[in-house]
Amino acid sequence: MDNKNKILPIRDGYGRALLKLGETNPDIVVLDADLSTSTRSNWFAEKYPDRFIDVGIAEQNMVNIAAGLSLEGKIPFVTTYGVFVCGRAFDQVRNTVCYSNLNVKIVGSHGGISVGPDGGSHQAIEDIALMRILPNMTVVVPCDHFQAYKATLQLAELQGPAYLRLAREPTATITCEDYKFQLGKADILTKGDDVVIIFAGTIGAEVMKAVPLLHRKNIYPTIINMHTIKPIDKETIIKYSKKFGKIITIEEHLKAGGLGSAISEVLAESYPVKIKMFAINDRFGESGQPDILLDAFGLSAEKISERVERFLLEK
Amino acid sequence: MKYSEIVCLLRSKSKIIRYEIIKMIGKAGSGHPGGSLSATDIGVALFFYQMKYKPDNPKWEERDRFILSKGHATPLHYALLAHANYFDKKHLSTLRQYNSILQGHPASYLTPGVEVSTGSLGQGLSISAGIALAGKMDNKSYNVYTLLGDGELDEGQIWEAAMFSAHKKLDNLCTIVDRNHLQIDGNTEDVMALEPLVKKWQAFGWYTITIDGHNMKKIISAFDEFLTIKNKPTVIIAKTIKGKGVSFMENKAEWHGKPLKGELLKQALQELEPRINNG
Repeated sequence: MDNKNKILPIRDGYGRALLKLGETNPDIVVLDADLSTSTRSNWFAEKYPDRFIDVGIAEQNMVNIAAGLSLEGKIPFVTTYGVFVCGRAFDQVRNTVCYSNLNVKIVGSHGGISVGPDGGSHQAIEDIALMRILPNMTVVVPCDHFQAYKATLQLAELQGPAYLRLAREPTATITCEDYKFQLGKADILTKGDDVVIIFAGTIGAEVMKAVPLLHRKNIYPTIINMHTIKPIDKETIIKYSKKFGKIITIEEHLKAGGLGSAISEVLAESYPVKIKMFAINDRFGESGQPDILLDAFGLSAEKISERVERFLLEK
Repeated sequence: MKYSEIVCLLRSKSKIIRYEIIKMIGKAGSGHPGGSLSATDIGVALFFYQMKYKPDNPKWEERDRFILSKGHATPLHYALLAHANYFDKKHLSTLRQYNSILQGHPASYLTPGVEVSTGSLGQGLSISAGIALAGKMDNKSYNVYTLLGDGELDEGQIWEAAMFSAHKKLDNLCTIVDRNHLQIDGNTEDVMALEPLVKKWQAFGWYTITIDGHNMKKIISAFDEFLTIKNKPTVIIAKTIKGKGVSFMENKAEWHGKPLKGELLKQALQELEPRINNG
């Protein structure tokens, strides 16, 4: 447990997992589109050059080459910025990878506005929506370094297409090295009686930072890490909605189609309650330092605690 | 078997396959006759001369792989697979119907012998490059054959895949361009000029062979030649006639995906009806 609250890049968790997989599974191959140093796939490339393929700046080609490799029993991890692989190569992911149900793992680094100074063109804020609507696809959004490490290892075992969303900034760890990750099963991080907050991704670091701020306001939250967006943990969602009668969702993604949207789909059919989504509301990101951007978009710990308090005062 | 006998056999096979294509599309009430007929002779040479495969074991590791990148020509592929005994010919009459194993565009999860789903143009060459690269990594002896439409070459991804395949020296990859000069909106040179096409492929690092795509002798010698080429991928530019074999369809862009009905269907079937001693 001593690893908690370390500041570690989530990308490194992925890079480390690839090294582990390279050692244990000869079928693992890694592809990148000229961004291997930013995505951390370069670690694998240095150790296993024969199983690393740099396709150059050609994301569509990369996804389909991975499809071809998977047809021959390889387990390809396709790595580049989330905004490029999900947007530019969407048709390749849809019509080749998902339609043929191929064993291709798509890893989108640089998710969310916390990408920072590169600005709106480089901040994936629609990737979860694009990937989770596809039949056969699994979608995982780990919250930190250790969860990314474990999720990567488990996705290698899973047969079929998957999307793993990472982020650029090093963030405080929430889980630890010996934490047990279970695909499709949400983690309950804190148990409080006043409100339930469900989040996904590295925004979890801000959510956890908001906990002591909420305590000072005498608000004790139950916090759930919904790391698997698809298949989503319906049981947990319904259980806690029944318990609290309303929920808050927090994510670094557009409100349309993201985590809050996925949870709404579950609850609208099974147990409708009031849902407040802290997300990006129908706009693009912009340049700025990550902490300043998160605050401006109402997703810093301070803003989260203020918004939770306000929500609880609403009728 | 003697060379002349092989050629004769392939020619008569082409007639049967063309007949099957029109019968199938006629029954379905929709489909893509033009580009299926233009690529028929190439497909027949691949399935009944060039490629090694085991229909009773579609995933046989050493099989040659065929990727139909121009997925709309799937009636051709289905006819070839049925005649190669991948599935019963009776399925051909279910093309495009609900619950059929023969979807309007290739769906690998339903049809034995279809390696991967295609239909969205421009993707098959990249997939083929991935398969060919895996073969190189694992020292496998199979070859990969990819059929591209010429209109499909408008897709930028084709050229990404062309660069990649040459860069990786994928000499186990043979691409055939069905150069019928027509796409839905008209002549390829009017819609989006492709020429000088051979020079383009050469500039991308490919070994090029240009042939008459309806001359069976030329087709099989091109495939023989491909097997001798080392260190670079091969492209066969096959000059073809869209709608080949049906008089009123030949060289008409409108027959890319037009339904075939009534008298015209009857006429097409009459023109194609395989006759004995017509090889």
